[in-house]
Order: sequence, then C-alpha cells, then structure tokens
Amino acid sequence: MAEATEIFHAKEGPEKTANPHPLVELTLTRMREFLREKEAVFWVFVFPVLMTFALGIAFRNTAPDKTLVAIEAGDAKASETASILSRSPDITATVLSPDEAQRQLRSGKVAIIVKPVDNTFEYRFDPTRPESRTARLLVDDVLQKGKGRADVVSVGEAKITEPGARYVDFLVPGLIGMNMMGSGLWGLGFTVVIARSRKILKRFAATPMRRSHYLLSFMLSRLVFLVLEVAAVIIFATLAFGFTVRGSWLAVALMTVLGGFTFSGIGLLVAARPTTIEGVSGLMNFIMLPMWLLSGTFFSSERFPQVLQPFIQALPLTALNNVLRALMNEGTSLSSNWVSIAILLIWFVVSFVVALKIFKWQ
Amino acid sequence: MSTQTSSVALRCAGLVKRFADVTAVNGLDLEVFKGECFGLLGPNGAGKTTTVEILEGLTPSDEGTVDILGQRWSKGDDRALRERIGVQLQETQLAEKVTVAETLRLFRSFYQRGHNVDEVIHTVALEEKRNARVGKLSGGQKQRLAVACALVSDPELLFLDEPTTGLDPQARLSLWDIVEKFRAGGGTILLTTHYMEEAARLCDRVAIMDHGKVISLGTPAELIESLGADQIIEFSVTRELAEEALKRLPAVTHLHKRDDEYSLTVSEIGVALPALLGEIERQQSEIVTLTTHQATLEDVFVSLTGRMLRDG
Repeated sequence: MAEATEIFHAKEGPEKTANPHPLVELTLTRMREFLREKEAVFWVFVFPVLMTFALGIAFRNTAPDKTLVAIEAGDAKASETASILSRSPDITATVLSPDEAQRQLRSGKVAIIVKPVDNTFEYRFDPTRPESRTARLLVDDVLQKGKGRADVVSVGEAKITEPGARYVDFLVPGLIGMNMMGSGLWGLGFTVVIARSRKILKRFAATPMRRSHYLLSFMLSRLVFLVLEVAAVIIFATLAFGFTVRGSWLAVALMTVLGGFTFSGIGLLVAARPTTIEGVSGLMNFIMLPMWLLSGTFFSSERFPQVLQPFIQALPLTALNNVLRALMNEGTSLSSNWVSIAILLIWFVVSFVVALKIFKWQ
Repeated sequence: MSTQTSSVALRCAGLVKRFADVTAVNGLDLEVFKGECFGLLGPNGAGKTTTVEILEGLTPSDEGTVDILGQRWSKGDDRALRERIGVQLQETQLAEKVTVAETLRLFRSFYQRGHNVDEVIHTVALEEKRNARVGKLSGGQKQRLAVACALVSDPELLFLDEPTTGLDPQARLSLWDIVEKFRAGGGTILLTTHYMEEAARLCDRVAIMDHGKVISLGTPAELIESLGADQIIEFSVTRELAEEALKRLPAVTHLHKRDDEYSLTVSEIGVALPALLGEIERQQSEIVTLTTHQATLEDVFVSLTGRMLRDG
C-alpha cells in the first residue's frame, strides 16, 4: 500500500523519461488492432491471393483451346464431314442429333453447328459470339480445303505468346488497385467510426494529442500493410503464373503509395462524420460499388459507352488501375502517365483537406 | 483576490448550455479549491456530464466563463492546459484488442511528462492484467484502467465522471481507494456521482445539482446538518395516518410520504420516537415496518426536491 501511493507523492520527479513518440504509439496501436482482427487480415492479405489464383486458373492462356464443332447427324455425309474436319489440329468435331446439337450450341458447349446438305454445308452459329465467328472462319477454311480448294499463296507464321499480354497479367494490377481501395476505405472508415461511437475519439480529444498525429497514424500503418498486401499478390502471381513487372519497381512502389494514400484520404472523408457502423457501411458501399463495376478491374473500362468515359476516367480506381497496368504490363514511364497521377493526387489532396475540415471528434 | 485565485483550481460562473430541446446547464457557478475532492451530486439528467465536459474543454458553453488552473479554454493554449488535467469520461470504451500496458503507453505518449506505465499499473492494481487485452477485463478493471489513463500524465486536476456507476461494491471500493490516494498526494478532483455514499465518503465538499443548477452546496456534514435533524424515521402502518398530527409531534422537522412509506426527519430521536408510537396507537393504526437511520445526502436531496436521487 505504501508503495502504491508512491506516485502521488513524488511531486518533484515525475521523470521526463524517454517517452515514445505519440505518432509511433498511435501507428503501433493501429497495426496491433488490425493484426489482431483475424477477419481483416484474411480480407486484406489472403483474399486477394485466392482471387488471383482462382481467376488466373479460370482464364489461363494455355495452348489455344480447340474449337468445338457439332455435326448434325443425318446420312453418311455426317461422318465424312467429321473426318474432313478432324484433319485440322484446331478442331474437335462431334456428330450429334439435331436436338442435342441445338442444345449444345445454346449452352455454349459447341461454337458452331455444321449441317451437311446434299453436296454443300449449312453453318449455324451466333454471330454476336466472338468464338462462333472464329469457328465459322476456321470450319469453312478446313471444309473448303477438304473439298479441294488450293491456297493461292503460301504464308509463314510465327507464334508468340508474351507474358504481359495474358489475362492474368491484365488482372493482377486491377486486383491490386481494387484491394487498395477496399482496405483503404474499410480499414480507415471502420476504425475511425468505431472509435467515434465508442467515444475513444472524444477521450483522445481530452488529451494534448495532436489531431494531425491521429490521422497521420492511419496513413503510416496503411503504408506498412500496403507493402505487404501488394507484395503478397505480386509474389504469388509471379510464382504461380510467371507474372512480370515490366516497368520500374520504384515507379510501381511510388504509385502504390500514392494509391494507398488516396484511398486513405477518401476513407477518412467517408469516416469524417458518421457515428454508426451502419451509417458508414452504406456510405462506403455507395462509393465503392461504382468503382468495382466501372473502373476496369476485371475487364477494360474502355468497354463502357463513350458518354460514360469522362466520369469513369475521373474515378480514382480507374486512374490507379490505368497507371498500374501501364507500369506493370507495358513498362511505360511515370511521366507518360501524368494524367492518371494528377487525378490520383487531386483525389488525395481534396479528400484529405475536406476530411480534416469536417472531421468530428465526438 | 489574487491570494484566493492561487488556491482555486477551477472556477466557473454563469454556465449555460442549451441543446435543441433542453437546457442542460442553467446558470451554474462552481469553485473547486486546490487539493480538495469536490463532488457534483445529482440524479441522471441533472446536467452533471454536460457541466464536466464544458469544464474539460470538450463542449463549448453557450454562456459563462471557465477558469481552470488559471487558464481558459480556446485561448490558443489548450494543449498546455490538457497536459495538466486528467480526464475519465463516462461513456468511453477503450479499444478491446489492445492490452492494458499498450493502452497506457499510448496515453502516456501524448504527454510531455508523467508517470511510468508500470507505476500507474501498480497504482490501479492491474499488475496481473498488464498484458491482458482490454476486452477481457471485468467492468471494474476496465474502469480502473480508464482512471489509470487519466492518471498517467500525473495531472494536477482529475475529472471523474460517474467512475463507479454500474460497478459491484468490491470494485467500487477499490476505485475509491485510488481516488483517496490521489487526493492524499495533493491532487484536486472533480467527481460526479449519483451515489450519495460515494460523495459522502470521498468528497470534501458537495454541490447538489438538479435541472442544470446547483441547489445546495457544502461539506457533506453541513448539508446533512441543514436538514436541522440528524435522524430519519421511516415506517409504514396498517391504517393511513393524519399527516397534520405527525408534523406536530415534538422534535419532528419534516414529513415526507411516498406511497405507503412515511419518512420523518427528527432532531431528537429519543423524544420523537415515543411520541410517534403514541400517535400511531392514538390513531388506532399498527406498525408494519419501522427503521431509523442517520440522515444522509440522499435525505438532503429528497427534502430539497421531493424526489429520490435514483429516480432520475
């Protein structure tokens, strides 16, 4: 007991010990809170790797798949047609009943139906499907040759499948961008709003803590996790799919930092006012959903109609995806991506400044 | 004036705070001297928390002035002032995934000077929970940690807002212990509570608050004395009694009836009790229950407002 009262009597000497810096302590606290939340760790680190794996497998470019062709069964012509088509190494032809052939065409199992009619053929296919159009050209070529057409000139060909032009190469930068958006917004938005609803922000406001330190600690802890997050996806994609970064690593690092800060800024803005988790969740989905859909994570955003393009291109995730793809896939320089970089910088500065202005501590 | 100022830790005058539909604080004056434990006692909704948050510089008041340790809020030096005060808020729930020691190290890092984390852990008797996560602590342990976060800066003035609300008696006692030690070391405390026994035990002076105002002020003994009585007789009977006759009994200063329960404030129990028993018999009623106790702050509040503290 006598010992316990000691601190209250030592009026001369509450020592000015080597006190940890508040920014360091705040950042450490952020990191501890994150790492001790198992679900968060899964979504940030494991999920993107699993996603890369699943999509990489689903869309892997092996030797181009054979074109699947159905031949309508009828007379002897059917088997003759099949034998002509099977001379081509690129075609797998099957003789099917008309009903079955129709069903398989509808469900996409075959790309085209060939129906022998007397001495000629009828092709049935859906011209809006790219693989059906290709199949029509291929099948026609093989059948015409089989019936005796001769080539007018002979051509040479060289087959090149470059890393950097496959779907997985397109996918990895997009997944990194999407992941950075998700972890920036959820990571910041949730933590801040929880702290506000539990009155921890108010308690901090009653200390001499500098408010900028509190907000900066989010940036710093995000930075640490960002490195791990991005590295996890890139390393996995490299090992599993031979992914390569063609541009400069330094440029990639700079852009992931900028992207991370941009989405932290937006996360802070989203979290500046709401006092409930429900409130901030709705707001975050409202902000992230358009970017998930439009910003070209899984397919190029160029596919959307022209009228939407100015809006789509101004989205921070579009800008980040574009610059990451340019650096990783095409190996271009930072300066040639100045538009995307400027868009990201504007989002970062504006959201951060506005967030600081309207931020509520209680 | 100047000599008086030096002994005053906190002074506020004419505080008013209005919210959309209520006036939470309605012209409040307070003076807390250095080295004393000052209690704000009142039911829920009396305006205690709002008052404390204005004093802590967390909520701006609509009217009135606040002097804290010779400084005022929003004069450009709030951080220096925050270095000197310790705050425990009623509703703060500290982060659950962080340990006791980590939480205190974080709070310690905000201050230029203060105690070492282990000393404070020792003071609030949480050594065994040093590396336990906050989420695993009991209510009493969490509250001791909240107070430790307020103590880690070695404050001159400590604000405690209902520090023992919802705690079991054991946990309450150990918290009182911490407060008493801080006070014994020369610290000044402003404490809010709606437990009269807490105010009576810890506080040198008490202000009783109701509807945003101080309705009575003094040492607990003075307040009880102001009842003009030192004993309370509480009783119930089989047949309702004529109240006028009760009030006329010798040594009775006040009568309060609540449901079937009569409460007599008496100056001399030896005179009043036999007279009361005679009166009950005269009115042909019989005693069901009867207790007597020393007058408490609760009785002061009841006699001032006609309500019980816990009625809110």
